[in-house]
Amino acid sequence: MNGTGNIVALKPFPDAARLELDDAQLRTNLRRATHTIRDKRLRVVGEVDDWEQLRLSGAAIKDDVLARLPELLERFEEAATKAGAVVHWARDSAEACEIVTALVKETAAREVVKVKSMATQEIGLNEALEAAGIAATETDLAELIVQLAEDTPSHILVPAIHYNRSQIREIFLSKMPGVTRGLTDEPRALAEAARKHLRAKFLTATVGISGANFAIADTGTLVVVESEGNGRMCLTLPQTLISVVGIEKILPDFSSLDVFLQLLPRSSTGERMNPYTSMWTGVTPGDGPQTTHIVLIDNGRTATLSDEVGRQALRCIRCSACLNVCPVYERVGGHAYGSVYPGPIGAILSPQMTGDGANKTLPYASTLCGACFDACPVRINIPEVLVHLRQKGPKSRAEHAAFASISWIMRDRRRYAAALRAARRGSAPLRGRGPLRRLPWPASAWTVSRDLPLPPKESFREWWAKR
Amino acid sequence: MRIALFITCVNDLMFPGTGKAVVSVLERLGHTVDFPEAQTCCGQMHANSGYRAEAMPMVRGFVETFADYDAVVAPSGSCVAMVRDSYPRLALGDPDLEAGVAAIAPRTYELAELLVDVLGVTDVGAVFPHTVTYHPTCHGLRMLRLGDKPLSLLRGVQGLELRPLEGAQECCGFGGTFALKNAGVSSAMLADKCGAVEDTGAEYVVAADNSCLMHIGGGLSRRAATARPIHYAEILASTGSAS
Repeated sequence: MNGTGNIVALKPFPDAARLELDDAQLRTNLRRATHTIRDKRLRVVGEVDDWEQLRLSGAAIKDDVLARLPELLERFEEAATKAGAVVHWARDSAEACEIVTALVKETAAREVVKVKSMATQEIGLNEALEAAGIAATETDLAELIVQLAEDTPSHILVPAIHYNRSQIREIFLSKMPGVTRGLTDEPRALAEAARKHLRAKFLTATVGISGANFAIADTGTLVVVESEGNGRMCLTLPQTLISVVGIEKILPDFSSLDVFLQLLPRSSTGERMNPYTSMWTGVTPGDGPQTTHIVLIDNGRTATLSDEVGRQALRCIRCSACLNVCPVYERVGGHAYGSVYPGPIGAILSPQMTGDGANKTLPYASTLCGACFDACPVRINIPEVLVHLRQKGPKSRAEHAAFASISWIMRDRRRYAAALRAARRGSAPLRGRGPLRRLPWPASAWTVSRDLPLPPKESFREWWAKR
Repeated sequence: MRIALFITCVNDLMFPGTGKAVVSVLERLGHTVDFPEAQTCCGQMHANSGYRAEAMPMVRGFVETFADYDAVVAPSGSCVAMVRDSYPRLALGDPDLEAGVAAIAPRTYELAELLVDVLGVTDVGAVFPHTVTYHPTCHGLRMLRLGDKPLSLLRGVQGLELRPLEGAQECCGFGGTFALKNAGVSSAMLADKCGAVEDTGAEYVVAADNSCLMHIGGGLSRRAATARPIHYAEILASTGSAS
């Protein structure tokens, strides 16, 4: 079954990218932010002697989970249910939104507080809740900024990465109740304004909504890793807690969690350890939410799992290290990818989750430079999957014909040698006037910013034959 | 040792001087180089663009052409990476081809690997009295792990002054058909790379791949910059002050 929700690009990537490239401010913001996180990550990863071993362990644990996912999911459901949680299953985003909306309605709450969660962004939960008359407040600072700006996230970890602090100040001034013109763009002042705004929400909300970084099959425990403490508030203060969790978030046991609590913070925020790690198992009487729901979502993950090469994308722990090192992401930002999963991982995850050729331009949104693979803490060979998806995906008839004819030439030395001669002779009249500066379509895409040299008078093989 | 030169199709047509340079360096070191004329293209552009079926005849052609050699050397990091990294995957399911690839792939070297790792040379007796900056191309850097090998060869060149390149490990934006399909992003990446090259003030930008150099050089030429692209093999072949 195909995935649905905020994972479908509405525009082809090159068109969406062109719009973003025109925004000089965006590029400056992205360059500064990605390079800062990139450098931090390199520093803290360099401290760990057995980093490569950790990566191998992380990949191996995830591959084992994917190989026996049904068994582990059932074990998780059994353990979580036994501990007092209610487990729900959703095939796609519409089902997941229906389940969550119905659960909130049962409580009669009109407002919910949210922990930063990619799964709820993926299924479009905020929009669904709003349609049902329920106001969802994002409590992660960056998610709050994006929500106030009525924008969409542009990064997995740093959803407001496309804004600088003076732009954030403007958003707060126009959208955050109670903020006065005296607000400066000092990070401390901005955080304090958000803190005051959110404090009231934390203290009054009766329903919290979260995702989860990990779900432990043995015990039915959910784990949320965060930096700001807003998550801890949402996970402990409300009466009801609803968690939306992708089925690939399962880990077999606590000993495997150890590996990921080392890999994730260093890869994502570039910290040795994240400030807050919250874990809960069902319901603890008299402590924290007394009703806990877990909504396990498929939304295209099973379809992804069925592809032997592509399934490695499901190892992803949403650290976003690949975004921060990606030269393409750095130039265009997350919105160009159209999906809540941008960057290199989005380019292999979104098309697989949606299937049927949706997002078909995303696998081409890469030079295959390989920086993402090097940075990935669970060793997802993103270039390999990109090429695989290019093979599987739809192609234009004209392009296919061109590649087929080049292949026909290249498979025979005589045809190949003749083609070299033809290229050399064909360009001979142009020789002596310097490189080509303008070419007709489709080569015009090259000469938009690059000159093209002409072939010299003699090919290598012609030189060799005369030698 | 029987060494075969795999010139690569781009070099054969566009940059024959790089092939001549490889031959000259190896012969100067006392080796005989063979050029099997049945060779064509490694199939990288087809495979990376999603035309696996169309790439396969070239994979088979490469394996047949070079089967009898002790070493295959190519002045291109990305074509060697295609053979070493992608061929084993492409051959899966065809036991004969798998065996052929398993035999030839580990013996296929980028020039610096052959010189430094196999032949144990870093000083090839070259003279090149110019300022250069080195761009490590992506496939050489991250698929072949060439690391410092081309640099160690450049450091052995008499008269050469090496200038550090800001953001050296970042892709220039070429990426084969990416440069055409995503011309806007590609051009933005290229602008930064060209800017970094110009900032060094070097006379030459050096790399192990002429396709990347054609991209960077095309950008520099459009910007009317003075820095010129050159494959490091041509520097290694140089023994005088001629540029």
